[in-house]
Amino acid sequence: MQLVAENLALERGGRTVVGGLSFRLASGEALLLTGPNGSGKTTLLRALAGFLAPSSGAILLAEAPPERERAELCHFVGHLDGTKSHLTVAENLAFWTAYLDEGGGAQRERLEAALDRFDLAVLADIPAGYLSAGQRRRLALARLGVAERPIWLLDEPTVSLDAASVALLIKVIAAHLAGGGLAAIATHVPMALERAREVRLGAAAAERSQ
Amino acid sequence: MRPFLTLVARDLKLAVRQGGALGTALGFYMLVVTLLPLGLGADLNLLSRIAAGVLWIALLLSALLSLPRVFASDYEDGSLDILATGPLPLELVAAAKALAHWISTSIPLALLAPVLGILLNLEIDAYPILVATMLIGTPAVSFIGAVGAALTLRAHRGGLLIALLVLPFYVPTLIFGIASISALLGPDGVTSPFLILTAISLAAVVLGPVAAAAALRIQMQ
Repeated sequence: MQLVAENLALERGGRTVVGGLSFRLASGEALLLTGPNGSGKTTLLRALAGFLAPSSGAILLAEAPPERERAELCHFVGHLDGTKSHLTVAENLAFWTAYLDEGGGAQRERLEAALDRFDLAVLADIPAGYLSAGQRRRLALARLGVAERPIWLLDEPTVSLDAASVALLIKVIAAHLAGGGLAAIATHVPMALERAREVRLGAAAAERSQ
Repeated sequence: MRPFLTLVARDLKLAVRQGGALGTALGFYMLVVTLLPLGLGADLNLLSRIAAGVLWIALLLSALLSLPRVFASDYEDGSLDILATGPLPLELVAAAKALAHWISTSIPLALLAPVLGILLNLEIDAYPILVATMLIGTPAVSFIGAVGAALTLRAHRGGLLIALLVLPFYVPTLIFGIASISALLGPDGVTSPFLILTAISLAAVVLGPVAAAAALRIQMQ
């Protein structure tokens, strides 16, 4: 599968934040989006997920399974964690498992594996409202494990994670890439991933300020 | 179908756990209806004549109270983005949330209405008909309300704006809700207002989610 952006321009509140961006991301590759605050990293990820229509240019999928929209092939982990304070950790994840996973079967195992992988098993019965920011983040990232999706869109996934969790996250992403997935990651910290390409956004912002 | 039911079940579970929304709506309904006889005096004939209308209007106002939360909590915590990447089209996400609102708020309000009818000296024969018209009419309340909730998602103090946007669209439901009570109670048992009330609800159930999803797409950009 390939995720292709052709001469992409994105607007936010009437001004262009990303302009003339082209890339081609193949299976097994990661795209690291860097750039200063306000350079359009989140905007680009939201456009890739299909929430935002490009003002010009196009986002295309090549060699993708037919009859599935791009959004349905994506895992989106944004700034907000998408957890409900009144549900326990396990209930939060169980909902996303049942909702996102159409394949059915082995959901229970997948849920437990995802909890284990991000060290959440001991917290399973605690309401998510009592979690720390880092633990909430890990719960949001655990969603990546509950449904099989080829495209991961991660918006600063390392925010509020401790060093061990960052290392774990990088391992999980590497495994996803090794399995033929692709990922677009907005980040301010260096991520040691093989086959990662960096796209530095902010050229448009620099032009504007001149 | 399974993701749809999963979403409805989660929203109902959250409504039970959080509790506040339903308690507020029921409490408000009870207070408004209780205040009315105190204001109008104990003229039993007058109360009995206006009972059905008062119960309907107060129900609409109480249902409005909980509407802002239909999409707001999912929008604020980022769940809405993830729901949009799920297998359901946004129209069905909106429908699931409106359905959950109907079950968790509108049905309890409709079931409380006959109890409050006692305070207003409602005719004995009217009780089952009142509850029936409310159960049939309130899907329109939740599904039209969902459109208002989606439109005002990012508005500051959207609650008041929802009332302004949505209440005019409740007028047909209100008119035919009350008309069907008096028509069914009449000597001939005319059913046509009741059928129109049903039609309004069915149209709202079909069209409401489409409009709400269009509004959500704009809000999520």
